[in-house]
Amino acid sequence: MSFLEVVRPGVQSTVQDSGRRGYRHHGLAAGGALDLISYTWANKLLDNPRNAACLEIVLGGFRAIAHGALQVALTGARTRVTVNRQTVDLWQTLNLNDGDELTIDHSTHHRLVYLAVVGGLDAPEQFGSRSVVVREKLEGRSPVQAGDRLMPLQPKRKVPERKVPDHQRPNLDGEAVIRLIPGYQYPQFQRADIIRLTTSRYTVGDQSDRMGFRLQGAPLSSPPPGIISEGIALGAVQIPGDGQPIVLLNDCQTIGGYPKPGVVPAVDCGLLAQQLPGASVRFELCDLATAQNQRRLFELHYQHTRWCRSGQELEWL
Amino acid sequence: MIEAVSEDTILITLAEAIDESLPARIAGLADNIRSAGSPWLVDIVPSYTTLMVVYDPLKIDFRQAVSELRPLVTLENTCKRAPDVKGRLVELPVYYSTETGPDLQWLASECGLACEDIIRKHSAVEYRVHALGFAPGFAFMGQVDPTIAAPRKTSPRKRVPAGSVGIANRQTAVYPQTSPGGWQLIGRCPTPLFDQNSLSLLRVGDRVRFKAISREAFLAEGGELTP
Repeated sequence: MSFLEVVRPGVQSTVQDSGRRGYRHHGLAAGGALDLISYTWANKLLDNPRNAACLEIVLGGFRAIAHGALQVALTGARTRVTVNRQTVDLWQTLNLNDGDELTIDHSTHHRLVYLAVVGGLDAPEQFGSRSVVVREKLEGRSPVQAGDRLMPLQPKRKVPERKVPDHQRPNLDGEAVIRLIPGYQYPQFQRADIIRLTTSRYTVGDQSDRMGFRLQGAPLSSPPPGIISEGIALGAVQIPGDGQPIVLLNDCQTIGGYPKPGVVPAVDCGLLAQQLPGASVRFELCDLATAQNQRRLFELHYQHTRWCRSGQELEWL
Repeated sequence: MIEAVSEDTILITLAEAIDESLPARIAGLADNIRSAGSPWLVDIVPSYTTLMVVYDPLKIDFRQAVSELRPLVTLENTCKRAPDVKGRLVELPVYYSTETGPDLQWLASECGLACEDIIRKHSAVEYRVHALGFAPGFAFMGQVDPTIAAPRKTSPRKRVPAGSVGIANRQTAVYPQTSPGGWQLIGRCPTPLFDQNSLSLLRVGDRVRFKAISREAFLAEGGELTP
């Protein structure tokens, strides 16, 4: 049986798939991979099911040993990855042999690396998902630890060598521009505050995690008072009393009572989640139809394309 | 009002203000949406005055989703069925004491009452579950008698033991897991509120009654006294 044995898990490494569906009315967070694009490509490289579980590695510092031959794929933050101390590229398939040592250096540019294995990770399923929501402290749901075995669901399967085309990779360099779909509470914000929100530069705060990203910058001067708590959509931008936006991500609570000028589309949530504290972020208004069309196209691309023989391009079926 | 709020989410607002008839109406509407059996439905998150619907944006777009939901919402609005749906009644035992409710004494003096009065008033009312959130199985219930209502602590506790029963303004709740929290704690309930198999004990629309029990009964029912 081939598997990866974790030697050093890094700051935090958790098993994530596309998250739980249909459990939020129990107060359970949705969970799931933060960077939708990187996660999806890690699976696409290996022809895994769309919802296959990967390891989400925060800030690198990860080391593992292969037991038996095993095919994996790494995507996400630009960082140095080595196999037996030889640098290898992300965004491609990697064939590990028995005894190979895989390391991911501490990431200095962005936060998240995704490690996929053939068939997806064989991790316990709960609430229809393998995603781990650490803050819920549920039994048996914790980050990966040294000594843990990462078991692939289809260890024997192997795909030809592949590489994600450059133009399909998310552009993580430069200032992150995060789109904002105005919501129904948008008109309750003062015009000057909306201008401030959409023209200021914000900095990613230290207290940013899988629940949400706190942004620091020109505070909105008079956000509307709290609302009656209501369901929170992924990417909802909350403005608490101090006027500093918080973008809510996959592990956020299910309901909340802060006013919200709008919602960040899932793809842009991933771009935001890749930013390190201190990174510069800007909002840009976007309409719902555009965001939805893009998301649909992205998902259709997964379902209806296949790798060309070269392993360098994809073609529509 | 039905509003598309993100690429996969719609928010249905039934009222502008919280009222006691809403939990049953919202639970009823959630049931109707669920029983319509739409293949695009992912999640329904009921809250005080709203119902958030999460859908699969690959199966349906936001215009279609809104137009499929509209007749159900209109029907609900026109019937405004007074809660003939009475909702399940759940009885939760509580060991009210200073030992399990570190804020009981404070709350009593703040309200100018005896501890026994707080206990009597808290367990005299039938509450409605208005919303779930904050943590798995955490049910927001209302309304607490105004004479024993108190705001959250200015600085939340780092550790509130599982089962703790708290008051925040006119809401009451039981902490399903040990977690940080800022509600005023008056006792502890031995009944598990969240189980990894059967999930949340309480649902929006349920009726809840608290029943004062002795220290012995609390321990016999599996309650723990760890601070």
